[in-house]
Amino acid sequence: MLLDLGKIFGRSKNSKDVAKERLKLVLIHDRANVSPQFLEMLKSEIIKVITNYMDIDESSLEIQLTKTKSDDGESVVPALYANIPIKNIRNSGK
Amino acid sequence: MSEVIVITSGKGGVGKTTSTANIGTGLALSGSKTVLIDTDIGLRNLDVVMGLENRIVYDLVDVVEGNCRVKQALIKDKRFDGLYLIPAAQTRDKSAVKPEQMIKLCEELREEFDYILIDCPAGIEQGFKNAIAAADRAIVVTTPEVSAVRDADRIIGLLEANEIRNPKLLINRLRADMVKRGDMMSIDDIIDILAIGLIGVVPDDEKIVVSTNRGEPAICDSKSLAGQAFRNVVRRIKGEEVPFMTFTDDQGLVMKLKKLFGLKAN
Repeated sequence: MLLDLGKIFGRSKNSKDVAKERLKLVLIHDRANVSPQFLEMLKSEIIKVITNYMDIDESSLEIQLTKTKSDDGESVVPALYANIPIKNIRNSGK
Repeated sequence: MSEVIVITSGKGGVGKTTSTANIGTGLALSGSKTVLIDTDIGLRNLDVVMGLENRIVYDLVDVVEGNCRVKQALIKDKRFDGLYLIPAAQTRDKSAVKPEQMIKLCEELREEFDYILIDCPAGIEQGFKNAIAAADRAIVVTTPEVSAVRDADRIIGLLEANEIRNPKLLINRLRADMVKRGDMMSIDDIIDILAIGLIGVVPDDEKIVVSTNRGEPAICDSKSLAGQAFRNVVRRIKGEEVPFMTFTDDQGLVMKLKKLFGLKAN
């Protein structure tokens, strides 16, 4: 009964939960202190390693620091997101 | 055995100066010889909060520039035995003092005092660097708002980068009624985010405004909830284990409505 009432009246999220969630996200960025140069360095290193194994489209490679839900879905965790279009996989390593 | 404690926050207006005044007064009342140093040069306020604004002759800049001896700049609070204030200069700026000068001053004061409390200005620039230069420990003041908590996180990072380990959190202006209805982050929410130890929780209390109006620290008011919270902070600073206050009784109408609602639901 209590739960049902909660659902009816509490349709929108508590504002403190919104605050907490927003804070967690902004702090991930604040703490990581990621500069564009840092990301550029990371990008060029990743390209260097990956091109040893496959042809990739370097111009449309996309990399960013973001956040995602943790495995248990309880909290938000930082994540490195990379979109690397592959042109051809080399089999020379075989 | 003397200790230098900096009271800082990053964001302005969260209660650094009020906390410094109350904790300092409490330390003196508990028998420790205590000096408060206002490092907010150009925007001094600890003097008015303490009600000592009419007694200023020399200030912090006079001391570090050698215009007077340290003893001459110490304003003795006649109401509380063993409580002194070194006010900030009002007509200079933050660059008038250097971190090395703060270290030297605190070294000198350590010989005389049990506790040296440093009221830090808002921000992370020169004034902050001066304030933390000589500190053994730090109290980070925040309120349950996103902006204050964010800045507190930044300050905690900077304190650790400057090798002031294990800073402690003071949550100020908590409103139990708002926490109850989910409109304010709780103590646990803030601790969860900042991941540091707690030294006190001070409820939002009108008496703080009244006591600041009068220039009398609220810690002396036995009826003030905030005063009680500050008395607990003082005991924790001195190493005592004190349970944290629970703020359930000041809910008034909200609690009654909740109860009514609960009855109905059953």
